[in-house]
Amino acid sequence: MTRRASIPGADDITRVELGNGIVVLARENPNSKAVTLRGSLLAGGLLDPDDKLGLADFTASMLMRGTAARDFQSIYDSLESIGASFGFNSGTHTTGFGGRSLAEDFGLLLQLAREAIYTPTFPEEHVEKVRAQLMTGLALRAQDTRDMASLLFDEMVYRNHPYARADEGHPHTISAITRDDLVNFHKNNFGPRGLVVVVVGGIPAAAAVEQVRAAFEDWHNPQQPAQVQLPPWQPLPERGYRRLDIAGKSQSDLMVGTGGPLRKDPDYMAASLGNNILGRFGLMGRVGDSVREKAGLAYYAYSSLGGGLGPDPWIIAAGVNPANEEQATELIFKEVERFTTELVTEEELSDSKSNYIGSMPISLESNGGVADALMSIERFDLGMDYYRKFPDEVNAVTREQVLAAAARYLKPEQMAVAVAGPPRTEAA
Amino acid sequence: MQLTQHTLPNGLKVLLKEIHTAPLISHWLWVRAGSRDEGPGLSGISHWVEHMQFKGTPQFPAGELDKTISRDGGFWNAMTYIDWTAYYETMPSEKIDLALRLEADRFINSQFDPKEVDSERTVIMSERQGNENSPMFLLDEDVQQAAFDKHPYKHEVIGYMADLKTITRDDLFNHYKHFYVPGNAVLAIAGDFDTQRMLARVEELYAGVPSGPAPTRIAQDEPAPEEERRVVTQGPGETVFVKAAYRSLRATDPDFFALTVADSLLAGPSNLNLFSGGISNKTSRLYRRLVEKDLAVGVSGGLQATIDPYLYDITITVHPNSSAEAAVAALDDEIKRLQDTPPKIEELLRAVKQAKALFAYGSESITNQAFWMGFAEVFDRYAWFETYLERLAAVTPADVQRAAQQYLRPERRVLGVYQPDGSPAEEE
Repeated sequence: MTRRASIPGADDITRVELGNGIVVLARENPNSKAVTLRGSLLAGGLLDPDDKLGLADFTASMLMRGTAARDFQSIYDSLESIGASFGFNSGTHTTGFGGRSLAEDFGLLLQLAREAIYTPTFPEEHVEKVRAQLMTGLALRAQDTRDMASLLFDEMVYRNHPYARADEGHPHTISAITRDDLVNFHKNNFGPRGLVVVVVGGIPAAAAVEQVRAAFEDWHNPQQPAQVQLPPWQPLPERGYRRLDIAGKSQSDLMVGTGGPLRKDPDYMAASLGNNILGRFGLMGRVGDSVREKAGLAYYAYSSLGGGLGPDPWIIAAGVNPANEEQATELIFKEVERFTTELVTEEELSDSKSNYIGSMPISLESNGGVADALMSIERFDLGMDYYRKFPDEVNAVTREQVLAAAARYLKPEQMAVAVAGPPRTEAA
Repeated sequence: MQLTQHTLPNGLKVLLKEIHTAPLISHWLWVRAGSRDEGPGLSGISHWVEHMQFKGTPQFPAGELDKTISRDGGFWNAMTYIDWTAYYETMPSEKIDLALRLEADRFINSQFDPKEVDSERTVIMSERQGNENSPMFLLDEDVQQAAFDKHPYKHEVIGYMADLKTITRDDLFNHYKHFYVPGNAVLAIAGDFDTQRMLARVEELYAGVPSGPAPTRIAQDEPAPEEERRVVTQGPGETVFVKAAYRSLRATDPDFFALTVADSLLAGPSNLNLFSGGISNKTSRLYRRLVEKDLAVGVSGGLQATIDPYLYDITITVHPNSSAEAAVAALDDEIKRLQDTPPKIEELLRAVKQAKALFAYGSESITNQAFWMGFAEVFDRYAWFETYLERLAAVTPADVQRAAQQYLRPERRVLGVYQPDGSPAEEE
């Protein structure tokens, strides 16, 4: 007889704070033969010096390249031989790690995590290999119209704010990073304070917590800096527009938007439900209906709301023929105008609420989905019963609250328009 | 959990599997119609028909379908491949009747309104232009084109731009009426339901669908080329890509599993799960030879389960300080090594363990489990999936060596190189 998964809550999530400040959350999934491990360290691109932008990202990419106990091939031999995966990635605020394995191999996954975090050796040879890979990634980024529109957008919207910076850096900053920079970034910034570790899958939660304790409770780093505080962010004084020519492309990607709410802001849920109406619900909400379905201008047209530790972007994006950039932008602003001056309909809001509540079980079906949920509970201080109370929180939002949130963040005259596409003379 | 297979009097094959781990049901309808069924002037028509299936029926008008599914917290989509078109919905269990009714309805009642056809024409052209922005799409298209003389596998699923401009409403409607008949479709449902009741409901909904003549499928065997073909694709950017595409085997070929193991050894295990990520390939032979020796920054392999022999491809992202020639020479060396010496038994055991782990990860998702039921049925039988691991385990080192000798010969391949013109991006 299979046991049925329920929504995670205080009675089936184990949360333990270790002596050195690490918080561990674990939940058993008796139906699974596999285990997902996730972690999040408080060290990210915010700590990069301007002339060495991409340092946190480069450091994260080096952690699995060699440890005191194993070289590169033996690290990956251990993992790949058992069909497991494990890796690091770096964001603006945090460096994340994660992987999965069959439940019986979880000990090895944790052991590798410990080695990579405690004793990375940054082998010189691999510094250059990873540098070449990062440089190739940046060369591909320079050719990617979506990525470049997004970079332009960030530079405009977040001028005088760290969010203007590209976490993955630029060719000249990646070239400037030395092995010592990597070693020091790791030594000075990685530490147990603020580290969250999540384990979900086919092992009992208590056993998972004890294994994490055994692996990480002895870690201390007196040098670990205090968490970076973001400076205040101000929206643009007037509407901004920038366009980048990338020769030889067929389509333009455009991005319209500004900074949105923090995940912890009281109007986050109203903004999120509103965003669903604006550019997600059904086939991409009102924006999809206008730009794709009615005007036939784009294959994709949607809106997206970040909602993280800082004022992440709230954007509307579309991919269009260069000849249709103005028309698509106009249609997008028309939707923004309506969204920020008129109440959404009762039906739209109730549809959006049912969508949020009804889709929760799907998002929590896999170990990875539950691990993400547990990480959010801890990172954003949502409370252990958040997912059980979620329907109540969603249902409490009113049309007036959606309008207030929309009008507070999306001021059409203070939004940025960023476009990357083929030179207009070249366009068909 | 047992699988129930049943064929309705009108020819519709139904596969049902109860899984009670979460209150979800995933519903898939597969139609044996893909780009292999497209004659001259009609490239891209299967994919366009798929788009039109979202444009409404008298019972579920355009714009209502997507809202209805989203309202109930489900997610849905469709995809068109070279051999098939698939439509799926994953919903909370108590809401699944909507998906059943909707899919049965649009299977025969889609309208193909001329106005909707025109607006979708520009949407699909925009989708193609978005693809053209990617160097890999441009290279893929040229390689595919060179790999076949007559077989419709020679064109991309999205179709040629010229055909997208000229395909008519009647072309689309005829394609739909020709292929969307019960004997040419498979319905696969997995999740939290009672098999007898579900079967009764399916019978009720599809009872009125006439069986119709079995469609003729135009594709035929095309012998593998007798000498190596080379193509060079020029385009923007700085990064050189190499794609070696060998004429492969149909999924039902007894040697398919030996080639699968050869792929796993050369380039890492291909991920069979659509809704669950894979594992890294850093200990694969080609990674060690190409990436570790600074000839490439990445390498991957792709073997697909197809009806006719398609392509096994190896894609190399060339290191900025290396060249396509050097990367191809190393690739050829590695393939020769496999042709000259049988692999060690340990390498084969590892490939099987990796495949087992990937299956365990994939089984966390009900959507993924339902995907597999219908997918295998389209090119063979469900048994193909059920016996996958044991057939993989039965492959011997000599089988792998022979597969490499037989199928990875240069004369069976197209060698494509993406040669960038080095043009930089410029802001207006």
